[in-house]
Amino acid sequence: MSTRLAKQGRLIDRSKQVTFTFNGTTMRGYEGDTLASALLANDQMMMGRSFKYHRPRGVVASGAEEPNALVGLGEGTRFEPNQRATTTELFDGLKAASQNHWPNLDFDIGAVNTYLSRFLPAGFYYKMFIHPAPFWKHVYEPIIRRSAGLGKAPDKELVDADTYEHFHVHTDVLVIGGGVAGLQAAKVAASSGARVLLIEQTAHWGGRAPVDGGTIDGLSPDEWVSRTVAELEAMDNVTLRARTMGAGVYDHGYALGYERVADHTPGVPGPRHRLWRIRAKQIVSATGAIERPLSFAGNDVPGVMLAGAMRDYVVNWGVTPGQRVVVATNNDDAYRTAIILKKAGVDVLRILDARKEGGGALADEARALGIRVDPGKAIAKVKGGKRVRKISICNQDGVGGAREEVEADAVAMSGGWSPVVHMWSHCGGKLIWDRANAHFRPDPDRPPLGADGKGFVLAAGSANGPLALDQVMADADAAGKAAAKAAGFTPKRTKAPEGAAEGENAMEAVWLMPANAEIQLRMKSWLDFQNDVKVSDVQLAAREGYESVEHTKRYTTLGMATDQGKLSNINGLAILADALNADIPQVGTTTFRPPYTPISMGAIGGEARGEVFQPVRKTPIYDWSNANGADWEPVGQWRRPFAYVRPGESVHDAVNREVRNTRENLGLLDASTLGKLIVKGPDAGKFLDMLYTNMMSTLKPGKCRYGLMCSENGFLIDDGVVARIDEDTFLCHTTTGGAERIHGHMEEWLQTEWWDWKVYVANVTEQYAQIAVVGPKARKVLEKLNAKAGGGMDLSAEALPFMEWRDGRIGEFDARAYRISFSGELSYEIAVPASQGLAFWEALVDAGKEFGVMPYGTETLHILRAEKGFIMIGDETDGTVIPQDLGLGWAISKKKDDYLGKRAQERSHMADRDRWKLVGLESVDGSVLPDGAYAVGEGVNANGQRNMIGRVTSTYYSANLGRGIAMGLIQHGPDRMGEIVEFPGTDGKTYKAKIVDPVFYDKEGAKQNV
Amino acid sequence: MSEPVSALMGAAYDGIVRVEECGLQGMITLRGDLASSRVIAAATGASGQQMPGQRRANVTGQSGLCWMSPDELLVLVPHAKVGDKLAAMTKTLGDAHSLAVDVSDARAMFRVSGANAREVMAKLAPVDFAPGAFGPGDFRRSRLAQVAGAFWMEEDGSFCIICFRSVADYVFKLLKVAAQPGSAVGVF
Amino acid sequence: MLILNCPYCGVDADETELAAGGEAHLKRFGPGSSDDELHDYLFTRENPKGVHLERWRHASGCGKWFHAARCTATLEVFGTYKAQVSGPPQEIRDAISAKRPGWSWREFS
Repeated sequence: MSTRLAKQGRLIDRSKQVTFTFNGTTMRGYEGDTLASALLANDQMMMGRSFKYHRPRGVVASGAEEPNALVGLGEGTRFEPNQRATTTELFDGLKAASQNHWPNLDFDIGAVNTYLSRFLPAGFYYKMFIHPAPFWKHVYEPIIRRSAGLGKAPDKELVDADTYEHFHVHTDVLVIGGGVAGLQAAKVAASSGARVLLIEQTAHWGGRAPVDGGTIDGLSPDEWVSRTVAELEAMDNVTLRARTMGAGVYDHGYALGYERVADHTPGVPGPRHRLWRIRAKQIVSATGAIERPLSFAGNDVPGVMLAGAMRDYVVNWGVTPGQRVVVATNNDDAYRTAIILKKAGVDVLRILDARKEGGGALADEARALGIRVDPGKAIAKVKGGKRVRKISICNQDGVGGAREEVEADAVAMSGGWSPVVHMWSHCGGKLIWDRANAHFRPDPDRPPLGADGKGFVLAAGSANGPLALDQVMADADAAGKAAAKAAGFTPKRTKAPEGAAEGENAMEAVWLMPANAEIQLRMKSWLDFQNDVKVSDVQLAAREGYESVEHTKRYTTLGMATDQGKLSNINGLAILADALNADIPQVGTTTFRPPYTPISMGAIGGEARGEVFQPVRKTPIYDWSNANGADWEPVGQWRRPFAYVRPGESVHDAVNREVRNTRENLGLLDASTLGKLIVKGPDAGKFLDMLYTNMMSTLKPGKCRYGLMCSENGFLIDDGVVARIDEDTFLCHTTTGGAERIHGHMEEWLQTEWWDWKVYVANVTEQYAQIAVVGPKARKVLEKLNAKAGGGMDLSAEALPFMEWRDGRIGEFDARAYRISFSGELSYEIAVPASQGLAFWEALVDAGKEFGVMPYGTETLHILRAEKGFIMIGDETDGTVIPQDLGLGWAISKKKDDYLGKRAQERSHMADRDRWKLVGLESVDGSVLPDGAYAVGEGVNANGQRNMIGRVTSTYYSANLGRGIAMGLIQHGPDRMGEIVEFPGTDGKTYKAKIVDPVFYDKEGAKQNV
Repeated sequence: MSEPVSALMGAAYDGIVRVEECGLQGMITLRGDLASSRVIAAATGASGQQMPGQRRANVTGQSGLCWMSPDELLVLVPHAKVGDKLAAMTKTLGDAHSLAVDVSDARAMFRVSGANAREVMAKLAPVDFAPGAFGPGDFRRSRLAQVAGAFWMEEDGSFCIICFRSVADYVFKLLKVAAQPGSAVGVF
Repeated sequence: MLILNCPYCGVDADETELAAGGEAHLKRFGPGSSDDELHDYLFTRENPKGVHLERWRHASGCGKWFHAARCTATLEVFGTYKAQVSGPPQEIRDAISAKRPGWSWREFS
């Protein structure tokens, strides 16, 4: 059984007991435990089931590389699936639940898959679900969807209770990994004066060294670590951050740090996770190494564990995973586990050393402690279901026969160590195969390149290949100095600390145990624990022709689980290389992609959730509208009232009321969102002549002109009214969505093409609240304001005619009044400073009462303009429409030699008489045509679909006309007045409409010009 | 005349820093050749401040000059005086090719102050706010999360932020989230 | 996540402050040009693996357009320069030549 030892446990505080639950059972642990160590201390060997076969699984590692021990953590608004027990710090009240089983962990229906495993080999899904085709939708997909998914998704009705944030930080040197190598690299880099940021994914400094032993400068690793951390903490130019994982390295020295601020203290005020967005001149990757499993039959039975992890549990948390342990290894390092277990009072039955020559000094030490060491021996098979029961032992160089069996409850395995090369590789660093250590390590000659074309990542310590403490310290010291130098600092000439540890014999690559294991064993030898990929699956893929490691990965799902193959990749590609009869470096590795381990969606989103999920732009009238029934419509980032809905009214009713009232009495529209750009300079007229299709330079001060803008491709991009303020100055109105875009468009042409033209542009959109006062009584309400407060602006038809503007005072407000109309009614658009916008609006509402004033929203705006046949950018245009399509030829100057889009409009396709052109559409039965519906003509196209001859671009119910009205683009439309066209709807009905003139209301324009 | 109001009418929040909307501030965008004597005279005359260097702000109280780009200054003057100042500037500028325009009401202004001010800023803008990298009088145009913003440091521990008026509410809420209790990073 | 130095305000701008603007030094063809010239102006773009000259705007910053000489394969930046030119200035060409001898891009080398 696994249990807490009486002594040991450098990370736990035995005076502080904490209580937690696992699958509802209350358990106890200590402060400093991880969930994994606490579960082991409670003899909870089995922690979950695997994804595909639902096999019982226990913890296999002790850190971020853990593939098996995934749990659902927390509950309700703080529930999160797929959390690694090994990286979850224990706290009082923690609630965890195991995954991938039903009805419970011990008895699971899905485990039947394991008995079907011979029928579920690699590529099973690809082969099985392809025939018969109709089965996919109704049989296969529903079944797969039910069984798919790792863990349980959080309740979709609940909202995450926590907050998250980003943090931008710049540093000269970023050191990722706070083991002894990272600490040393940070120390020497910092002593050069460079700004250093050191991040460590766990809550503790020092990494593996305190567990693995040896000495640094004569001190125990623990002593050296505390001394060095104290030194670093005392330096102003150093920032140390624990619980912060290096998640990814990106171009130009960008890196992400994932800080788990409050995972261990849920409910404490402050963000749960913080995403550090780091810009570093140099990055030192001191991320250590990860131990590889050995591939033998039953290597996934709970109780089989990495040798390094097993001694972590003993030394760090005072927990032994078993009482009778067998060690299997191909290197000397695993002997340390045997020695530590033995010294802790655990029976170590055997050390099975696959190497015929066996180990060195550590082997002698083990033998001296009375441990039996068997060179050349291997595990043939581990027997047991939910925990290890027996071990069959065989010769490594055999097929798995001639077995001896021993009863044991845990296995420590070691297949050697692989450097964690992720930070090196994320941004393009290349690897070389180190035959002696049977691992890939960073190739110092091919680092990831920064903006200056030079390497910006250095690997240090075990992450760079060296595993022995003396080499690790020397390598880290050199890397820290090199990083400081590359960042522009002069490192001090100091001696590297001296690391000392027992000498080790060479390891020997063992990719399969025993070397020639028969198929029954290979079918139970796991490579990828989380995705249930076995040695036999990779071999099958090779037999079926998968030669590329990337293809094999996807076919077998090797390395595609949440652990991204941290334990399985090297073993898997060694098996593939062997099956292909190729060298490992020839087969190569799969691509390392960020993040290193999964990071929360909350951290990625940062502050952008809830009220600040995205910016909402508000006009000065926003709060008034909100209090007066506004039904909000998003227009870009603006919110505009769609309609002002009164109590008891539907939105549709409100729109009809507003539409009628504006034509009969008086309507107010908050038009503040319209873009307003000041264009000034001696060349302003010339500039606007290039930007607009019509002539702006001839406009007289005091007057307004409607203009169209096209892209160089000839297509309409914006429209609006231009007012000439004085000889040098124009004010250009843009659409609501166009203000920033057209401002940028103007700056682009001024800065990059016509930089010698004397023109300045300023965006004054938000300086003004602009209110459209619309309807037959518009003049009356304004004159009433003037009469009441002595405003001096003469608003008569003679003093301020249609398409002119004046500055002056209206009531008690400084205002600019434009006589322009987008409704066909008598209309003034009045701009006042935004700081007085609400006061002006309220004054109009108050004064307008006797005239039947009503505010109106964007839907009424749309209907009024559609009744008049006015186009709307984004409705009648979609990026493929030219002014000529819309009957706007009158707004295209024939006199100008050039304007943006002119040449493109001369192309043959633009002049094609078959282009769809704007017309009005009247449904035959008076109903409202479906928006976007296509008109169909005679015949069918090459795909057998009916030929399309046009589409509906705007469609509304007009309360003024008592019927549906629409605008549309129809082939030869203007030549087909009176014809009936058909529009098949998506509802199966066919709508019929008559082609008519697009101006439905007041065709003479009598109402606006009074 | 009706009383002008700022976007959030002086709203304030106390978290790990104090966040306050500063109320109305007169602002004039001045575009022109910053080496031209008329432009210099107009800018310094209106603000009473020296011309700022690249990415610098010279501000005292409600008067100041901020460097926006090689051909643009933001001239700060008391809100009530914008009309007079603008008229005077226009006169000084004369026929020098330039553009001076009132943008006071197009903007909102906030002050972020307290020991953690640098950190709160660094949560929202991709800028190096470390002491030594950003100091009093330094001015930057950048983004605050998803919107454009300009800011300068008044004295250590105090930033002024300018954003568009329409997003004043967004920026205020953003600053509140960044300044929430328990969120000090402890770096600067 | 590039960093490009804005030659107008001097900021080493994070890519999130910038907006990409496509190929640099396009020559505009307006009225009077042939269909082929117009077509190339509007649609034909360089897509090199290696040296590239492109436009960027310091959009969330000083608002200015500038040019960058960059390697599309390694993301090495040879230099940034102001937009008011119709070809890369000599010091930029020299900087590229120092790193990529024999380079050429459209009519420049």
